[in-house]
Amino acid sequence: MKKKLLSLFFVMTMIISLLAGCGDKNKETEDLGGDNVDVENGVEDVDDEGEDNTGSEIEEQTNADGEGKVLNIWCWNTEFQSRVKDFYPGYVHDDASGTGKIGDITVNWIITPNEGNAYQNALDAALLEQANATDDDKIDLFLIEADYALKYTASDYTMDVKDLGLTDADMAQQYQYTKDIVTADGKIKGSTWQATPGLFAYRRSIAKEVLGTDDPNVVQEKLADWDKFNAVAADMKAAGYTMLSGYDDSYRTFSNNVSGPWVQDGKVVVDDNLMAWVDQTKMFTDAGYNNKTSLWAPEWSADQGPEGKTFGFFYSTWGINFTLLDNSLADADGPKEPGNGIFGDWAVCYGPEPYYWGGTWLCAATGTDNPSAVKDIMLKLTCDKEIMKNITEVTQDYTNNMEAMNELANSDFQSAFLGGQNHIALFAEAAPKIDMSNISSYDQGCNEEFQGAFKDYFDGNASKEDALNNFYTNIVIKYPELTTE
Amino acid sequence: MSKKKSSCVRYTKWGYIFLIPFFLVYTIFSLIPLISTIYNSFFENYMSGLNQIGPTFVGFDNYIKLFKEANILKYTWNTIIIWLLGFIPQIVVSLTLAAWFVDLRLKLKAKGFFKTVIYMPGLIMAAAFSMLFFSIFSDAGPVNDILMDLNIIDQPFRFLANVGGTRGLIALMNFLMWFGNTTIILMAGILGIDTSLFEAAEVDGARAFQIFRFITIPQLKPILVYVLITSLIGGLQMFDVPQILTNGRGLPNNTSMTLIMYLNKHLFSKNYGLGGALSVMLFTLTLALSLLVYRIFVKKEN
Repeated sequence: MKKKLLSLFFVMTMIISLLAGCGDKNKETEDLGGDNVDVENGVEDVDDEGEDNTGSEIEEQTNADGEGKVLNIWCWNTEFQSRVKDFYPGYVHDDASGTGKIGDITVNWIITPNEGNAYQNALDAALLEQANATDDDKIDLFLIEADYALKYTASDYTMDVKDLGLTDADMAQQYQYTKDIVTADGKIKGSTWQATPGLFAYRRSIAKEVLGTDDPNVVQEKLADWDKFNAVAADMKAAGYTMLSGYDDSYRTFSNNVSGPWVQDGKVVVDDNLMAWVDQTKMFTDAGYNNKTSLWAPEWSADQGPEGKTFGFFYSTWGINFTLLDNSLADADGPKEPGNGIFGDWAVCYGPEPYYWGGTWLCAATGTDNPSAVKDIMLKLTCDKEIMKNITEVTQDYTNNMEAMNELANSDFQSAFLGGQNHIALFAEAAPKIDMSNISSYDQGCNEEFQGAFKDYFDGNASKEDALNNFYTNIVIKYPELTTE
Repeated sequence: MSKKKSSCVRYTKWGYIFLIPFFLVYTIFSLIPLISTIYNSFFENYMSGLNQIGPTFVGFDNYIKLFKEANILKYTWNTIIIWLLGFIPQIVVSLTLAAWFVDLRLKLKAKGFFKTVIYMPGLIMAAAFSMLFFSIFSDAGPVNDILMDLNIIDQPFRFLANVGGTRGLIALMNFLMWFGNTTIILMAGILGIDTSLFEAAEVDGARAFQIFRFITIPQLKPILVYVLITSLIGGLQMFDVPQILTNGRGLPNNTSMTLIMYLNKHLFSKNYGLGGALSVMLFTLTLALSLLVYRIFVKKEN
């Protein structure tokens, strides 16, 4: 008997473990948010099929002005959460449950890491279910990145910020390019607290040795256009340094200055400026002006450190204050001050062309039951001058408010990491020049595949034609609806 | 007598009952997906951003597309060449090791230890193994450091930017992960050979190599065929190692892009139509190979 019971137990375990993988993914993510709802409201069970919910239950969950009591925010990391924590007035965070409170509204953070497109996949699945979800399970606010912004802003899943109640006057101080990126059919569908203009960050010591000065104005003179840039690269090579670290470094300066979008009338169009990037990078590679690294690879990071022999990097706001700074330290846990690695040996200049890199936009999801809460978050965190100036002063993040940034640009704001330079002044100068009217919903896939395909050309494993054909092959796999040359 | 008969009937019933779980699991997890894959392969059905395109019946369009637009023959060739690069050394080393392990005259010590050690790499998760190789063989990784310190090379060798380097690494990993397993199977095969054959050969004065060549190998043929076909099917499904090593890109120049990696790429747009067509082709290919080997196998027995 005992044996029988034991074998029965084993069989059950096997069957259960077999079936365990078949759960509905949607449900899991929804439960993530849903669990907290249960706790806060004491509601017995939140049903997945919202239409079955009785009216009384919904009434119970709404407050005086008819809005929901649960605000669901979808994002891929905790950056925005920490901004809300530190700068949104009245937000109280509960570390134990990971949720927060704004007045009597519970804020749920549904965080899905970006890796391997996971965030977009989860978000897409949830958005497609949005109409059927209960009010408390509906997405209210979600975050997007520029490269795929249009995928969401051109759809009906995002709300026009004007319908939320934000006015042109509210957004007047935002940089134009940050609005262009989320504009579809003339409607602004999102808003961001950060602007991310890019600069060229270079090593002061190398500049002194090779160019005779580390003065950002003089260095900028020498890097003002691509011909001058290439000439300096040759000097660097002669002195035993490389101008750039790898293949992808200058990509965004080219891809942000194209004459038309990636996809025109359903056809993939490779802009001449992108081919200029290919030619320049190939020339740099063959001449030894770069170190053949790839973005985010350990070798690339090492080139930014004390052992690095690379003159400079194209970096935007966050990249300089966070990534580059961390990479430059000899002792990662040591104090962040001159003497630790090459802290203080950096400076920034505009470089040959204006560009931006990165950034996060807030979008209101259509069907949200908390429009006024969403509006207020957008208003306070992306339009309020004082709050945004405060964010920059505290976190060094460059915020999306021209007035506030220009004030800091004209102040004695200094960065010890950049040898006392006021980099905000350069950012403030560069940001208005960014032109992002040529974006498409396919930018992320196109940029990724384009850089990937041409790596073979730079490495000498494929001819230019082959690399281009590989790009065309791969892009159609990603976006079957597109046609190519 | 009658009692015995009835118990016999009961046993038959139990036989069927015990078969139910298998058929149930097989139907749910293999048969139904198989049929729905074939069904899906005739439709245009994918996501364009947030918009669903299709499903629209398109006949054999997906299959035609696979051959016309995609380099499916190239990916098949990649898969086969990488598999061969791993399989040939695998079978040679495994045969040698198996022959040594079962040869009593060699008086090998600590056999159990060595058998365990050669089996170990197969226990590591392929993904972890691949990550490990990725860091060891990276441009600034330990292998390059060592080679440079020994003055064998003066510039880092960029394994993953080199066709032979990448394919070689994938093959090496597959070899390391599977040769232990193959050795154990071949040993079992050799141990199953009638010992009187070996003794007779020895009495006749055959040398070790002759015994191996004229007795072990022919007697081992069914097992060798089994190893070949399982390895071939496994090879056609090669995915995790190259996927992780090349970050899903099949670099350089798509030369390490295997069929399943290509299939996986269609997941980005949830392209059930093309993905289904590719799966059906893989299924057909595997089926054909299995039937071929099965026929050789059966003929041999007759």
